[in-house]
Amino acid sequence: MRRDLVIIGGGPAGLAAAVGAYEAGLRDILILERENKLGGILNQCIHNGFGLHKFKEELTGPEYAFRYIEKIKEYNIEYKLSTMVFDVNEHLHVYAMNEEDGLMNIKAKSIVLAMGCRERPRGALNIPGNRPSGIYSAGSAQFYVNMEGFMPGKEVVVLGSGDIGLIMARRMTLEGAHVKMVCEILPYSGGLKRNIVQCLDDYNIPLKLSHTVTAIHGTSRLEGVTISKVDEKMNPIPGTEEEISCDTLLLSVGLIPENELSKRAKVEMNPATSGAFVDESFETNIEGIFSCGNVLHVHDLVDYVSEEAETAGHNAAMYVFGKLKHSRKVLLKVGNGIRYTVPVMIDFSNIEKFQTVRFRVSAVYRDCSIKVHMDDTLIFSQKKKIMTPGEMEQVLILKKWYIDHPEVQVITISIEKRTKDE
Amino acid sequence: MKDVIIIGAGVIGTNIARELSYYDISIMVIDKNTDVCEETSKANSGIVHSGYDAQPGSLKAKYNVIGNQMMKSICEDLDVPFIQNGSLIIGFTKKDEEELEVLKAQGVLNGVKGLKILNKDEVLKKEPKLNPEVYSGLYAPTGGVVDPFQLTIASAEVAEMNSAIFQMETIVQSVEKIGDFFVVHTDKGDFTSKILVNAAGCYSDHINNFLSENKQEIRPRKGEYCLFDKQIGTLVTSTIFQLPTSMGKGVLVTPTAEGNLLVGPSSFYVDDKEDKETTLSGIKYVLETAKLSVPSIPLNFIITGFAGLRASEIGKDFIIGEQSDVPNFYNASGIESPGLTAAPAIAKDLADMIQEKNQFLKRKNAVRKRKNIIRFEPATLHQKKRLIAHDKEYGKIVCRCEMVTLSEIKQAIHRPVGAKTVDGIKRRTRAGSGRCQGGFCAPKVLEILSEELKLTPFEIAKSSKKSTFLLGLDKELKGGSFE
Repeated sequence: MRRDLVIIGGGPAGLAAAVGAYEAGLRDILILERENKLGGILNQCIHNGFGLHKFKEELTGPEYAFRYIEKIKEYNIEYKLSTMVFDVNEHLHVYAMNEEDGLMNIKAKSIVLAMGCRERPRGALNIPGNRPSGIYSAGSAQFYVNMEGFMPGKEVVVLGSGDIGLIMARRMTLEGAHVKMVCEILPYSGGLKRNIVQCLDDYNIPLKLSHTVTAIHGTSRLEGVTISKVDEKMNPIPGTEEEISCDTLLLSVGLIPENELSKRAKVEMNPATSGAFVDESFETNIEGIFSCGNVLHVHDLVDYVSEEAETAGHNAAMYVFGKLKHSRKVLLKVGNGIRYTVPVMIDFSNIEKFQTVRFRVSAVYRDCSIKVHMDDTLIFSQKKKIMTPGEMEQVLILKKWYIDHPEVQVITISIEKRTKDE
Repeated sequence: MKDVIIIGAGVIGTNIARELSYYDISIMVIDKNTDVCEETSKANSGIVHSGYDAQPGSLKAKYNVIGNQMMKSICEDLDVPFIQNGSLIIGFTKKDEEELEVLKAQGVLNGVKGLKILNKDEVLKKEPKLNPEVYSGLYAPTGGVVDPFQLTIASAEVAEMNSAIFQMETIVQSVEKIGDFFVVHTDKGDFTSKILVNAAGCYSDHINNFLSENKQEIRPRKGEYCLFDKQIGTLVTSTIFQLPTSMGKGVLVTPTAEGNLLVGPSSFYVDDKEDKETTLSGIKYVLETAKLSVPSIPLNFIITGFAGLRASEIGKDFIIGEQSDVPNFYNASGIESPGLTAAPAIAKDLADMIQEKNQFLKRKNAVRKRKNIIRFEPATLHQKKRLIAHDKEYGKIVCRCEMVTLSEIKQAIHRPVGAKTVDGIKRRTRAGSGRCQGGFCAPKVLEILSEELKLTPFEIAKSSKKSTFLLGLDKELKGGSFE
């Protein structure tokens, strides 16, 4: 089997990439999705708040996905469901399987990696104690409640204040459970401000910052947890232990991009994002392989996933048409206060007017500025009232800056802070 | 009335059941858990020890060395993953090397073959990731790793195929001998037999002490482990030990038979025979000690931690054989390390003892071999193609981390001694044992179990009956109406 473009994953990123590629003129596109419907994780995100940027209206997750699925059908883009890709290599061979077609070996001219991410499990946290049932990742609990109509528990503690944890604190409450608290080991929440207000404050669910779960109780079903306050090095402070009885612990302790396939294709990984290193076209170090969505870096809003993925799909089409340029790349350097940037390099010959660079800060910053240097020359500064690691930030790198500094080697993005809130 | 009742369905009890099932007798295995392999057999190092460590002349030494020699063929017969990867005990000083020499001499006395002292360069050439401070090492080429779940489950399957009955979820309350017969009192009623075998792990002292004046005392000794992602499963190729102490063989770093990296165990006595909690201090000790052997162990690759209890008898040795004051009562008691290695040897020996006294007839057409579920993940492309062509449910992945298909999960449910729990599926197929630890597949596995076993989703449990996942329907809990 041969295809111009194979898109691995039919979630928001994969769908938008397909639309982007189609609208760029490509027709021979195949989306491979492991679940039995398109839409990915959006299908279980039945709360609203999606699409404010993209569609200028508030949609639920399934509604947001539906907008793209409609386009896929309108454009007649081919997709296969319940199809697992189990290998990809650097020669752009994709090995996939399902019940109907059996094993497929697809030679692609280009590939978009859009596999999304998974939740960090309990084991990765090393919480001591027993291993009873009743401990779920927030996403698994969301699946039970929203997709299957089952309640995984009634007395609930949430560990981690990532967005899914906050959303699930509200959802469990609405469905009749008693959510006792959300514990967050950091001194600030990892989720969006609006979710803290709408999911916790509105329901009087306490958010305990600088607290973590230090023991699990119960041999069969969870019976309770011990929580402790932590010091600034995140070590539990003896004497602060508190026993909380509960039958359910939901974990929202981080998302890990699912890059096992990318690694098999010898795609280079950025340790800061656990996603690929990509350039302005969302192309990885392997020519013709692009990456977008949460497999590239974990996003706060799906709107940005769609935007980036459409660009990735567009560029995959350009690559197939032989129109994607590969000339000198200017490196983007992570400066003070920045955890990572996407992309990590820019080939300005593919840029028309500007390149959006998304990044996350490494701590909470108040009253500070985002600075952009081209080599040693300060070229841009923007004041910000507050920036938190939970929200993605962005700056636009203008082509005209490059035209004015054609010899530039490195563009540095940094935060110049006045006060730092630990 | 059964000919034989075996109490305990761990690796010892199931292997004894398997050996005895080759005779034309009726066998019942009683266990309190829903599935076999739920106690010490599921939470240990999975190491096939070479046998240098045990005190010469002890039963531990004897059964360790015989068990090690038997392991390859038994794993071939039962289709159980076993890799003879060799063990390497490392020392950091000249004085340590003297102790390695003592271990070597002890090993030779125990009949361990191929032991060899390696100098620093040889050690580091063999295992480049070891601490460069290493001084020398003792290499034991007969050391290996085995899948302890499969060794237990496979034996149970063979026994059941030969008509043994697995009486699960049955708690033994007491045991007595009335005349020539044993009466086992349980929460599910009384069961009687002519011969009683005690393979009750941490509770084997209780069983023995109901019947015999030769009292035993098991003091459970906890061991904690950390399991790492397969991505770093080849950090070391041999099983790396540090010099043993009075509390055991020390913290090891080893690849598992399934390709993960395993680090552990800690070692301390606990009072409660049900205390299988991991502790902050224990895990910290294990990781810090392991880093002494392999400094570069990446802690962000830990996927789970667990603890098990060694059934440590105060006499410090295995207790194997017929109890002198209770004819037809057989102990396989005090089984701690190297119990997994010794299991096939203990089982064979105990079955021989029973057979010698009773002269049972051989079972006609006894099943002696078993094939595991054909796994999709390790198959070649060509084999994968054929598997799906033959059974299209091999084309449906349920566990994406370990690439376990719907077909494998259904087979695990419908085989002899089939899986009834989510953990049972995990130990038979590896679904849920990968890096996401069941985050994605547990709800699917639950649904498949519910459909195949014709149970409601509320009845499907993780392991024990009470460890269910779902407590009601959406909105049902509202207003306190749900109880």
